[in-house]
Formats: sequence, structure tokens, C-alpha cells
Amino acid sequence: MSKITYREALNQAMCEEMKLDDRVFLMGEEVAEYNGAYKVSQGMLDKFGPKRVIDTPITELGFAGLGVGASMAGLRPIIEFMTWNFAILALDQIVNAAAKMKYMSGGQYSCPMVFRGAGGSAARVGAQHSQSLENWLANVPGLKVVMPSNPADAKGLLKAAIRDNDTVVFIENEINYGDVGEVPDHEYIIPLGVADVKRVGSDVTIVAHSRMTGFALAAAKILAEQGIEAEVIDPRTIRPLDENTILASVAKTHCAVVVEEGWRFAGIGAEISARIMERGFDDLDSPVIRVTGKDVPMPYAANLEALAVPSVADIVEAARVACGRA
Amino acid sequence: MPCHSSLGIIRAKYNYGGTMPAKQKQEAGITHDGLFYPEARLHEMHDKMLFIRRFEEKAGQLYGLKKIGGFCHLCNGQEAVCVGLHQASETTDYMMTSYRDHGHILARGTDATAVMAELLGKAGGIVKGKGGSMHMFDIEKNFAGGNGIVGEQVPIGLGFGFSSRYKDDGRVTICIMGDGGINQGAVYESFNMAALWKLPIVFVVENNQYAMGTSLERASAETQLFKRGISFKIPGMKIDGMDVLEFEKKMREAMDHARSGKGPMLVEAMTYRYRGHSMSDPATYRTRAEVDEWRSGRDPIARLQAQMIEAGLATEEHFKQLDKDIKKEVAAIGKAAEAQPEPDASELWTDIYSDPIENAYPYPGKVN
Repeated sequence: MSKITYREALNQAMCEEMKLDDRVFLMGEEVAEYNGAYKVSQGMLDKFGPKRVIDTPITELGFAGLGVGASMAGLRPIIEFMTWNFAILALDQIVNAAAKMKYMSGGQYSCPMVFRGAGGSAARVGAQHSQSLENWLANVPGLKVVMPSNPADAKGLLKAAIRDNDTVVFIENEINYGDVGEVPDHEYIIPLGVADVKRVGSDVTIVAHSRMTGFALAAAKILAEQGIEAEVIDPRTIRPLDENTILASVAKTHCAVVVEEGWRFAGIGAEISARIMERGFDDLDSPVIRVTGKDVPMPYAANLEALAVPSVADIVEAARVACGRA
Repeated sequence: MPCHSSLGIIRAKYNYGGTMPAKQKQEAGITHDGLFYPEARLHEMHDKMLFIRRFEEKAGQLYGLKKIGGFCHLCNGQEAVCVGLHQASETTDYMMTSYRDHGHILARGTDATAVMAELLGKAGGIVKGKGGSMHMFDIEKNFAGGNGIVGEQVPIGLGFGFSSRYKDDGRVTICIMGDGGINQGAVYESFNMAALWKLPIVFVVENNQYAMGTSLERASAETQLFKRGISFKIPGMKIDGMDVLEFEKKMREAMDHARSGKGPMLVEAMTYRYRGHSMSDPATYRTRAEVDEWRSGRDPIARLQAQMIEAGLATEEHFKQLDKDIKKEVAAIGKAAEAQPEPDASELWTDIYSDPIENAYPYPGKVN
């Protein structure tokens, strides 16, 4: 095992896959000469040259579509959005082209490609640069949506995403880029669509993805001090969702809390709690509780910003209510 | 009937696509602006245009009978562009267009019964009945749609062009849009990158002068659309899209430019659609006289027929008989396609993912 950062893990994943497959290229704003706005692509231009690591103009819709066309023509593009906020400009190509191309063409064309970049709430950057949009994308059949919560998962999942024959939306977390974690030294892949039980517990199930997985683990530590053993599940892939792992946990704990940074309305938490209700209703002793970002645009002021996203304390409180020890 | 001034009757040796001094030419054909078209190729071009015209009329008829549903955009009047583009390109070249796609995919040589079956939503449709009129694809013919969002195919074409440079495969991408599509921002994002990286792409604007019901003058500050590439240093060319020989000749120059590594070209094909924007459009925004002027004065099929008759390559009787035969053929295609079954219900769940994930909801669709 080696200790590396989340951004280094992503960099290793791309470098390893680009060495293995010369169809893979990385394209985006500032990915080459600037070494990445968040330094995820550090050193890749030197390793692979300007043919495969390509700086673009600021033109998200255009280069997203370039990736779609290139994937249809047999290449394996990795299209980096500096952040997912800017990918809103490219949604036509992601939602109306990449996601539907296989279906619309009766299986003739597919778009094996990765759209990746930073997502989630960031720090003090205001409403337009700080938001979680995974529920928009996970709503679309044809897309796979992946959100790693730590360096080891980030590497293994990104390698799987690059090898996948479908379009993968890979949402990294802006605040997690500098997080350090242990990553295996040998080559490994983490299959898409497989959740991970990050902490075993028997009293309450907490489902959380991306940055919220860390919050959930911190909450579980506090709960343990209070005599409550929480089981923390990170779905890792939002779509397709590994609901079996979640249901198995609920069958054991009989209660669940779902945590997400994004807005509450029609969010990922709504989807997961609906599925627990549909297929795990008889296992539940109490209603599923959602802990979500507040339904407001992200404010700038530090105190307001802190109020807008879930806190560890929010998760602790929700877990205590769910398992009847509030 | 209007004839092009450079029309000539020449006997010449077969000389596909090239130029040669007139004195060496012996085979029957027409030399247009220095380019010799042998008789067989003229017939092929004519027959394809006429076939597309009659196919579209049949589609219109089946739409009227409510057998074809949804949106259905016909290309009557624009056949010379469809056929000229195909003739000027190699089968390995990539092509993609908007939703007005029947004529292009037919010109490309896709099985017409599969195209008709697609319109009818049948199992044997070219995309299994999942796409309909707007989403025709044929990977065997390098035809990448059939794209329903105006201008969407332009960044996609950029990607095909990028892949050709990446793989150095010598292919050119023909990326077709309309005079409506060219006002989309995605087009200029694509122009910029195509020119910046000198990608082998010919952008073709089918300027039929109306974006749905909005005339070119009401939608475009610069109505000379071939100039729209100037600020990206993309050379532009305006071509008569109602003259298949002229169109093909100039289109070849554009293809050569792109193939030689000089970067993209922008071609504006001046054309006209005889029908409304789609089947639900009565086209009240233009006068009957205007439509008639194009229809009877500049029709690409009548024009080529006149040229061929004048060159002694065919007779009016030949064309009359041929038209009857093609109408019969199209009727038979319509019947054969109508007789096909609808797609199996299981097709609802196929072609969504290449690599399904077994333990994950909702695929393979066990619970919903």
C-alpha cells in the first residue's frame, strides 16, 4: 500500500489506462500545459504528448460533443470538465447524444467515454460553482454515474470507467482532491455498480456517497461513543445503483439514514429511500430519514454556507432518531 | 428547361472524377465545367434523385394515413445535395446530419426497405424501430445520424474529424446542417476547434432558406452563410444545390481541400424544400409563386433530365417509363415495410448499455 492523494490516484488511473490503450486520450480546459486546474493531470502532457493530452478552448458543449463523435468513431475519450458546474453547458451532448446514441441507433453506435471533473459543494465560491448535480445525470438511462469517496476507490473506479463500453459520468469531489489515503501497489479495478460497506454496524444503516461518506464515518465514530453501531454504505456508483447491498444492511439494522450534499427535492436520497420502501418495507422499524443540502442556492458567507450543507452533527441526530434513541 | 451553359455532348474514354482534354474523350457523357461525367454515372445520379423524390412522396402519403407518426421532415427539392454529397465522397468518409435525413441515408445506399420500415416503426427498421424519421443510422455506410436537436450533429462531426486525424485514416467527415442549425452556438465552438486543429471536415449548410417558418433574412444578420467561417479562417464556398453536376464538382474541391490536410471547409448549398418544414407545417410563411419558381424553374431532377436529353443520353420516354417503374418500386417497398411486424416488446430494454451491471437496478429491468 502507498499513501497518495485523491488527485494522484485519479492521475495514476488515467496514466495506467493510457499506457494500456492508445485509443484513450484526455481532453479539457487546462489539462495539458497548465497540468490541470486542480492538478489532476499533472505531468500527463510530458508522459503522453500533445496528441493525447489536449488543451481546449473554453467551449464545453463543443468539446463534449467532440468526445461523443470520437467515441462513436472508435476512440476512448476522457473529457474533463474543470467542474461539473460548467458541464451544464454541455448537457445536450451528454444527455441527448451520448446517453441515447446506442438506443437511437438500434445498437449500431455506442459512446464508450468518460466525462469527468470536480463536483459537489466547494469552499466559498458561491452559487454557480458549488452544487451537486448527480441526480440530474443519474436520472438518464444510458449514463452510468460514479462518485468515489476516497483515493483507493477513485483509482479503481476510474480505471473501470475508462474500460467501460458505455458513457460514464465520473464526478470527483473538489474538496477531497487533497485527501490522502492508502492505495494498493498492485494493479486493481473496482467494478462499477458495486457498493462498499465502509463500516460494519448493526444498529442503523447510513448510506452516503462522495464527500458525505467521510461525514458519515465521522458521525459513526461519535455514535459508537454513544453506544450506537452504524453501518456506513458508500454506493460508489449512483447509477446503476447496487441496492442489494443497501437492502441487506437494512434487513439487519431495520432503519436507515440517507445522506447527500445535493438538494433535497428529487435527490439521490429520495431515490434510495423509495427503493428501501419498495423492496425493504417489511424490514423497516422506522421511516427512512434523509439528510440533504438545503434547498437554496449556495451562499458565500461562511456561516450561511456551513448551514447549507449537511454536517456530521446532522447525521448523528438523524441516526439517533432513525434507531429510536433520540 | 434550364440548362447549364457549360453543358456539352462529348464522346470520351471513361474518366471518373478527373479532367482531360476534350479531344481524348470518346465515351458518352457530359462534361460540366471541365469534369467529365460518363453516361452510367449520370443515370445513377438521376435515378437516385428520382428515387429519393418518390420515396419522400410515399412517406408523406403514409404519414397522411397516420401510418408514420411523430415528426417527419421531407427533403423534396433538395435531392441534388443528397446525391451530390454522396457522389463526391468515399464510402469510408463519415457523414452525419440533422433530422431531415431520409434523402442522405438513401443516397448513401442504405436499404430503402429498412428506411421505410423505420419510418413505420417496424422491427426491420434500420435502427430496429427505435429511432423513426429523425434518427436514421447506418454504421456500415458510415452514416452517423439522424440527430434530432438542431446543430447537435456539428460537435459530433467534429469528433469524427478529430478521430480521423488521431488515427490518420485519411477519411473526411461531411457534417451537414441547415440554415437554421448554423445559428446554434455549438456550430461556432466546432468551427473554432476544427480550424484550430486543421481537422478533415467539410461543413455543409443546406440553405433551404427557411428554418421551420423563419426565413433566412429574419434569422440571420449575415445571410451569406458561407461567410460564417471567416472569423475562424475557414474558407467558404457557395454552390448551387439545385444543380447536381455543379454541386458535386465543387463539393469534390471541398473534399480534396479537407483530405489534403488543409483543414475544414464550409460549403453553402443553395436549395429549397418543396414541402413544409415537417408534415404538420402548411408553410403559409411563403408564397405559392415562390415555391413554383423553384419547383418548375430550378428543379434538380428536371434539370439533369434536360441535360441528359440534350446530350442524347436519354429520351423523355425513358424518363417517363423510369418514373413509373420507380413509383412501382417505392409502392412495393412501402407494402413490404408495412407488412413487417412491430418490434418485439423485449426490444424496449435492449441497446441501453453495452455492459449491463447484473446486481444493479433497474437493469436488466426485473423491477420497475
